[in-house]
Amino acid sequence: MPDNEPAGSRLDPPRVSRRSFLSLASLASFFAAIGVAAAGVFRLPAPTVLPGPMRRTKVGQVEDLPVGSERLFPKENVFVFRDEEGIYAMSAVCTHLGCTVSRTGEGFACPCHGSRFGSAGDVLGGPAPRPLPQLEVTRAADGQLVVLADNEVPAGTRFRV
Amino acid sequence: MAAPITPQPGHSAAQEFLHNLRRLPNTFKDAWLRLGKVPESEREESQATFHNFFLHIHSVRVHVRTLSPTLTLGLGLIAVSSFVLLCITGVLLMVYYKPSTALAYESMKDIHFTVATGRFVRNLHRWSAHVMVLAVFLHMARVFFTASYKKPREFNWLIGLALLVVTLGLSFTGYLLPWDQLAYWAITIGSNIANSPRELTDAVGITEWLDPGGFQRRLLLGANYVGEDALIRFYVLHVFVLPVVLVILVSVHFWRIRKDGGLARPEDPMGGPAEWGAKMRPVFQPLASKTYGLMAVVRGRRPPVNRGPENTMMSWPHLFWAELAVFMLTVLVTLALSFFFDAPLKEIANPAIPENPAKAPWYFLGIQELVSYSAFTGGLVIPLVALLGLALIPFLDRRPGGEGVWFGTPGEGQVAGRSALFGLAAAVGMLAFTVNLGWLRNWFPQIPQLWILFINPGSLLVLLYAGWSLWVLKQKNSVRLAAVALFTCFLVGFTVLTYFATVHRGPNWEFYWWPSQWPVH
Repeated sequence: MPDNEPAGSRLDPPRVSRRSFLSLASLASFFAAIGVAAAGVFRLPAPTVLPGPMRRTKVGQVEDLPVGSERLFPKENVFVFRDEEGIYAMSAVCTHLGCTVSRTGEGFACPCHGSRFGSAGDVLGGPAPRPLPQLEVTRAADGQLVVLADNEVPAGTRFRV
Repeated sequence: MAAPITPQPGHSAAQEFLHNLRRLPNTFKDAWLRLGKVPESEREESQATFHNFFLHIHSVRVHVRTLSPTLTLGLGLIAVSSFVLLCITGVLLMVYYKPSTALAYESMKDIHFTVATGRFVRNLHRWSAHVMVLAVFLHMARVFFTASYKKPREFNWLIGLALLVVTLGLSFTGYLLPWDQLAYWAITIGSNIANSPRELTDAVGITEWLDPGGFQRRLLLGANYVGEDALIRFYVLHVFVLPVVLVILVSVHFWRIRKDGGLARPEDPMGGPAEWGAKMRPVFQPLASKTYGLMAVVRGRRPPVNRGPENTMMSWPHLFWAELAVFMLTVLVTLALSFFFDAPLKEIANPAIPENPAKAPWYFLGIQELVSYSAFTGGLVIPLVALLGLALIPFLDRRPGGEGVWFGTPGEGQVAGRSALFGLAAAVGMLAFTVNLGWLRNWFPQIPQLWILFINPGSLLVLLYAGWSLWVLKQKNSVRLAAVALFTCFLVGFTVLTYFATVHRGPNWEFYWWPSQWPVH
């Protein structure tokens, strides 16, 4: 650059002119506004309301379940048992990746990835990280037993009748 | 100055109108084709490439090596050809398919049994998808074993990895749409794999505060269960989001091939034209009286000063014939497959009970085997580690050499062969051990899940492969050969797991020598 060129000329402009400051500020505010709007809009796919089927299942009267019996409610994926101590319910949904387990001699087995559970839902082998959960059993006003699939209870819990 | 619009002396406007009308076919052809005739000189051949929207992504001249079928095996082009078929047949299927849980399966039956050519179009869609996935896998292996990811092609290797992920995403979202048993249980398993970081957060006990797994699952399903919301989300991904992403990525992929100097190839020897290929094809003969424009020059380390772009040939017609041949071959193979083999359609989705065994399509069976050791490790960690490793290769292996030649680095063939043997032995040994003796949970039923998360047959196999690669690094003192060892091991391991899960896994994911031994019930 020639030395005789005055400061502020075309070849040696001031570091930030008023015009470029205003341009940069308008660009920055534009992108800030777009960013905030995008963050808001991309909230859209995360559902606010989670629709789902009823997770309370009526499983019949106490008399329908003699001591030692076992019933599967396939639509709700719930097993209901009765032993000497009382009634209890267990989820039939594998704790690994959500397939439905089926009854085997030793307990339950999952067809998708080979998890095996004992008859109390305890993990015997395979990839399942947790035992099959026991679910809360209660009684509705009409006297029917109700399984609350959202409420897990500790293993060994019984609904005494 | 614009031409006068008044008719020439002695001609009325009506005569001019008739004259123009008679010439209409010719004027339209000129307007449409620009060149308008079969090129007769190299200049016109250049124009044929340069002036055409669809052809001008190619350079006007290509190196003879580029046209060698054994260099590329045409795999990238096969993948693109099958994607073209997928787009056409996909739009046709959208005419009848109804993305709703109540109607989807019925509409698939309609397409199969009632719609004219519906069955054939659906078969073509399915088979093209298989061909595309296979071609993408093999294309990656080709690029790796010809060292074509090296500088300056690192970024295109990354685009290629993104394309692999999008291709698998398209396949996954695609086979969910029929809402048959495969679809329903694949969504269930897929969304629970997305949920599987919970395996870690649960084991550590922080799920209440930090739950990335649950967030991902809700994002995929739009609900707490697999139903209408999930189907419509996967439909949107399959027919719009992923195809658009794929088209954009493929465009950049192509553009970078051109900008990175065409396909990777070794440097031409100094001096006159190389012998290679010169006998089969009309290689460039420089003319003393002619200068060459910039469009004839492709980027390389050694600019062809005063020598002309030797060893190149006109893209029109040689390259375009080759590409057309690959496209026609792909169409022919998929047509034949679609004619003889129907795309599968299982029973209608039944949320009460999965099929036994419930197997994914072949390209996910290796991952299904890994998932049967641990959901989080096998379904997310190992695939992500593998992708990360692949992405790092061109940035860790910076030494030039061997580009564009199969197993071109000295000693590479030997390392690849030994690594294939090691990878095979390790995978088969690990599977035999697991099938015969079980794993930690069988020996210590009370063991905390955290142990199984980190120590399972899948993670141990990855560690064995990594150890082998480090040993090669030390022995051979070459980053490239260590990368070859690791890549070969992973390729062989993936193949072994896929084969094993396809043939030797039966009901309840138990081991059987042959499917004929599965229990009948």
